[in-house]
Amino acid sequence: MSRTYLGMPAFPEAAAVSTGDATLRANLRRATHTIRAKRAAAVAELDDWDQLRAAGAAVKDRTLRHLDRYLLQLEENVTRAGGTVHWAADADEANRIVTDLVRATGETEVVKVKSMATQETGLNAALEQAGIRPYETDLAELIVQLGDDLPSHILVPAIHRSRGEIRDIFRTRMADWGRPAPSGLTDRPSDLAEAARLHLREKFLRAKVAVSGANFMVAETGTLVVVESEGNGRMCLTLPETLISVVGIEKTVPTWQDLEIYLQLLPRSATAERMNPYTSMWTGTTDDDGPRSFHLVLLDNGRTDALADRTGRQVLRCIRCSACLNVCPVYERAGGHAYGSPYPGPIGAVLTPQLRGLASPLEESLPFASSLCGACYDVCPVAIDIPEILVHLRERVVQGGEVTTRGIRTVVKPAKKHLAERAMMHAAGWTLDHPRALRRAQRLAARTRRLHPRRLPGPGRAWSDTRELPPLPTEPFRDWWARTRGGTA
Amino acid sequence: MRGTSRDRILARVRRALADVPAHERPQDHPVPRDYLRTHGARTPAESADLLAENLADYRAVVHRVAATGLPALLTELLGRRGARRVAVPAGLPAEWLAQAPVEQVPDSAGLTARELDAVDSVVTGCALAIAETGTVVLDAGPDQGRRLITLVPDHHVCVVRTADQIVDSVPQALGRLDPARPLTWISGPSATSDIELDRVEGVHGPRALDVILVHDGRPRDEQAVTGDSAPARGL
Repeated sequence: MSRTYLGMPAFPEAAAVSTGDATLRANLRRATHTIRAKRAAAVAELDDWDQLRAAGAAVKDRTLRHLDRYLLQLEENVTRAGGTVHWAADADEANRIVTDLVRATGETEVVKVKSMATQETGLNAALEQAGIRPYETDLAELIVQLGDDLPSHILVPAIHRSRGEIRDIFRTRMADWGRPAPSGLTDRPSDLAEAARLHLREKFLRAKVAVSGANFMVAETGTLVVVESEGNGRMCLTLPETLISVVGIEKTVPTWQDLEIYLQLLPRSATAERMNPYTSMWTGTTDDDGPRSFHLVLLDNGRTDALADRTGRQVLRCIRCSACLNVCPVYERAGGHAYGSPYPGPIGAVLTPQLRGLASPLEESLPFASSLCGACYDVCPVAIDIPEILVHLRERVVQGGEVTTRGIRTVVKPAKKHLAERAMMHAAGWTLDHPRALRRAQRLAARTRRLHPRRLPGPGRAWSDTRELPPLPTEPFRDWWARTRGGTA
Repeated sequence: MRGTSRDRILARVRRALADVPAHERPQDHPVPRDYLRTHGARTPAESADLLAENLADYRAVVHRVAATGLPALLTELLGRRGARRVAVPAGLPAEWLAQAPVEQVPDSAGLTARELDAVDSVVTGCALAIAETGTVVLDAGPDQGRRLITLVPDHHVCVVRTADQIVDSVPQALGRLDPARPLTWISGPSATSDIELDRVEGVHGPRALDVILVHDGRPRDEQAVTGDSAPARGL
C-alpha cells in the first residue's frame, strides 16, 4: 500500500523521464519561484541574519562534536520528565520499536504528524505489514498517501501536484480511507483544505496513538519541539493517549536558549514566515494535559557514519527547511522523485549517499546531480557547504577511499562507470607532463579533425550526451605561434 | 547481538569523533552570539503596535481595548460569531464573561476532545506575546487551560495584557518561558502552504483567531516597561 524508495533508478535515468514532464516542470517552477522571492524578503527583515546563521552552524557543530554527551543528557532529562527513551541503530529497529509500542496499546491505527525520519525508515509500510493503519495528517502527506505517491519535497511533499490533480485525488480516493470528499469539490485551495479538515477530524477525535518526529530536542531540559502550520501536529501531540516520536540523533541542541537561534532561522527559511502558525514544545508528560505516555525513539540509521566523515559531517546541521530545494536549478527541472529518497534536492544529494553509503548506482549518482552553482550554500540557514560535500563525495565515487558504513570503517573501490573517466584523466595528466608527446598528439588531432565524431564513442558517450565537443583548431597553438610569432611575423 | 543499540550508537558516535581532542569541552568550540536580542529599540506602545500589525498580517483579528471595556468586547466578539457554548479555563477571571449570554463549558480533566468538538469558541489569556513575529504563547497556565481547549474549537479569543505580557523578540520570549510547561506558540490562525506553496488560512486548528490587546486605561506612553527583564538561560 505505502510506496517505498526501494529499487529507485539512478538520478540520470529518473531525471531523463521527469524533465520531459511539462506539467511537473510547470508546477515546480511556479511553486519554487514563488517561495524564493518570499524567503528573500523574510530574511531581509532581519539585520542580523548572517550572525544568526553563523551561530546556528556553530551550535550544531558544538553539539555534533560532543554528541554522545548531549544524547545522554537528553535521555536523562526526557526520562526524568516521564518519557521513555529507545535507541534505534537502523530503520528496521526503529520500525520494530514503534510497531511493538503500538501493539502494546492494543490499537490498530495511528495518526501521524509529518516526519522525515519515519519517511526515511519506511515506517508506514512496516506498520501496514503488522496490521496497523497509519493515517498521515499533514495536508501534503495526505495528498501523497491518498494518491499512492511518494513525497517530492521536504516541506511540501505534494509540490509536484497541481490543485486540479489534488481535487481529483480527493474526489476519487478519500472515500477509501474514511469520510469522502464533499460533493462538488472545487480546486480552490481553501475548499481543498476544508475537505482535508473534515476528512481528518474524525480520525483525530478517536485516535489513541500518534507518531511524530521533532524539529529540535533540547538536551538540558528534555524538551521536544515541533514546528508546523496546519494544527494537525497539535492534534497528534495533544489528543492521543500515547505519543511516539521518532527523531534523528542530530536534532539535539544543548540548551533552551539555543532555540532562539533556530526559531528565527527555520520559519523564514522554510515557509518565508516571521513565525510559523503553530509551534509545540513538550517535556515528557504533563498530568491531565496531553498524552499520558510518551516514547522517544532516537534514530541513528547512518547518521554516525556521516559523523565519521570530517568533510561530510556538516550535513548533520541540517534543520530540514528546504530552502536549498527551492533555489536549485537542478531540482526545479528534475523534480524530487528523481533523487530516490525522502530527501530530494541539494541536501538530498549530500545526505542520502552519506546515510545509506555509496551502496548502489543511485547513491553514486547523487553527488553528480548538481551544477555546483552554490545557490544552496547561499540560502542554507546553517551554512552547510553543500558544493564542498558534493565535490568530496564525487572524489569518493571516482577515486574510492575510506568510508564508514554501519559503524565499520571500510575502503570503497572506485565506481565502475567512472573507470574510463579516471583512465582518461590519468592519460591526460601524463600527456600534459610530457611536452613532446603533447605536441605530437595535438598535431595528430588537428590533421584528423574532419574525421572526428560529434559525439564520443564508447565510455565517453554518456559524457557527450549533454555536452558539445569543442571544435578543434586547424593548427595547434604552439605551431601557429612558432610560425607567426603571434601574428607579427 | 553484542550489547544494546544504545551502547552501539554511543560507541559509533565516539569512534566517529576520533578527531575531536579528548580534552576538548563543549564550550571550547566557540559559538558567536553576536546576533541581536531585539531588532530595533521600541517603546512599549510601539511594541504593542508592532504586535498588532504582525498578528494582523497573518490574519488574526486584533482588537485594542481598555481593561474596563474587556467584558463588553468579549460579549460582542462571541455574539458576532454566534457562539453559544464557550470553553473556559479554570483560572479565567470570572468578570470577563460575566455579561456574555453564553453557556460556559469549564475546562477540566474530564472534558474530552469529542465534547470540545461541539463547543463554538474558547476564551483564554496567554503567557506572553512576541511583537516581532506576531506570536502569542500559551503555557497552560490557569487562565489558559489544557492544550486541547484552544485546539478543537473553531474560534479562539486570546487576551494579552499590554502592560506586562508583550516582549519584542524570540530571544526575550524564551528567556521568560518555562520549558517544563507544555508550550504552544500561535502566530495567526491555522494555515497551510501545501497546495502550490500558496498560503491558505484554516485547516485543523481554530480557523478564526481574535487577539485582544488590553491596556490598563492610562495613556499609552505611561504603560509599564516590557521586555528583557528576565535573565537569559543557558550557557
